Amino acid sequence: MVIGVLALQGAFIEHEKMIESLGVDCIEVKQKEDLENIDGIILPGGESTVQGLLLKEYDMLEPLRDKINNGLPVFATCAGLILLSHVIEGESSPYLDTLPVKIKRNAYGRQLGSFVINKKFKNVGELPLIFIRAPYISKIDNDVEVLIENDGNPVAVQYNNQIAMAFHPELSDKNYLHRYFIEQIVTPSLKLAV
Amino acid sequence: MKESRYELNKGLAQMLKGGVIMDVTTPEQARIAQKAGACAVMALERIPADIRAAGGVSRMSDPKMIKEIQDAVSIPVMAKCRIGHFVEAQILEAIEIDYIDESEVLTPADDIYHIDKTKFKVPFVCGARDLGEALRRINEGAAMIRTKGEPGTGDVVQAVRHMRKINADIRKIHSMAEDELFEVAKELKVPYDLVLYVHKHGKLPVVNFAAGGVATPADAALMMQLGAEGVFVGSGIFKSGDPYKRASAIVSAVTNYTDAKLIAKLSENLGEAMVGINAEEIEIIMEKRGQ
Repeated sequence: MVIGVLALQGAFIEHEKMIESLGVDCIEVKQKEDLENIDGIILPGGESTVQGLLLKEYDMLEPLRDKINNGLPVFATCAGLILLSHVIEGESSPYLDTLPVKIKRNAYGRQLGSFVINKKFKNVGELPLIFIRAPYISKIDNDVEVLIENDGNPVAVQYNNQIAMAFHPELSDKNYLHRYFIEQIVTPSLKLAV
Repeated sequence: MKESRYELNKGLAQMLKGGVIMDVTTPEQARIAQKAGACAVMALERIPADIRAAGGVSRMSDPKMIKEIQDAVSIPVMAKCRIGHFVEAQILEAIEIDYIDESEVLTPADDIYHIDKTKFKVPFVCGARDLGEALRRINEGAAMIRTKGEPGTGDVVQAVRHMRKINADIRKIHSMAEDELFEVAKELKVPYDLVLYVHKHGKLPVVNFAAGGVATPADAALMMQLGAEGVFVGSGIFKSGDPYKRASAIVSAVTNYTDAKLIAKLSENLGEAMVGINAEEIEIIMEKRGQ
């Protein structure tokens, strides 16, 4: 099993460390060819405008969209969530457009609005949710499952092979969500030894 | 809470990694920078090359102009304040800037003390020429470091020197015996805890970008290969023939900094680079400000 981490811009090294902490191999995805031979992809935090622009420039948008629609497991944090969304408030067109949610960019204000809260994730344990200039999921389709919510709003969601969250699990020291991604979505029968 | 605010501020710098932060002086330039793929913009009154040309005192930008830039783009907006000028920093915090650059590019307001950055909620980036300087700034509360380089020259030689120096110092401390670190802390004039962090992790506790003199895609890729986590470009873009094209090329070169074939292509037909000044021929040495 090999997990690809989109490495065009942002905090992709933190995701690689998380995946490696689970004993799983990963590669950096920087061009179209890297999309072949991966069993799942992580879309990291960073600046969505930069990543979206580079995806287009390197002709990766279409192939990645097709792969996700055909079942390639995706794990997206913050900027990654924005790239997946159907609708970005105030913008005319989405990027990958594979996740039926509507989001609002920079919904908590500027950097001074960034915050951390602790939340329980399923029965696994408590996880610090780190929101940095985070987007806000303002609307979801009926068949989107809410994994974690804050004040009644979804902050982590799952839709078939895609999970996406508005915060940064890769900046914490807990790999619960990465583990959930590998065990539940990439290889549903697998139990990681760590 | 204070602790987590610093973690959040370091976290924002992590999100900027692998990206290019561009100096802009107008909302129009900010829009061009965002369209070209800048991961953040730095609002300032005049770009470093013009500061050199015009002389006189350079200060924080007009808050009205900064607000217009904030409205013009969705990416983070940074702004510069003078070294030690904590009131300019308070003003920038009041208008909710995303990052403050306590910058030697502007005329220093205090020639002894830097700002006590631990007193602010908003994050700071500071310049450094060597590891001691970087750790002193971090000790004062900086959540991000950049090399000083020699701004406004288009000459990358100082940025290279500073990046090599910082990383060589880090490698040295990483490989030392733990009981030798007390002496290192004394020599560098920095707290022992920060030296211990560098020893254990083999890196700075915060993100480190390259800045000062980057003018071409090749310069940007060079800095990344030398260990920079991202690049600031000031005069290099809006003092060149085709700012949008050069900015896009620098963004791509930072993403694919080891792909020489691609960088060759990116370097074609970029129009004129900023004329530049040989760093040895200039009179105002900005890197020597505020150590």
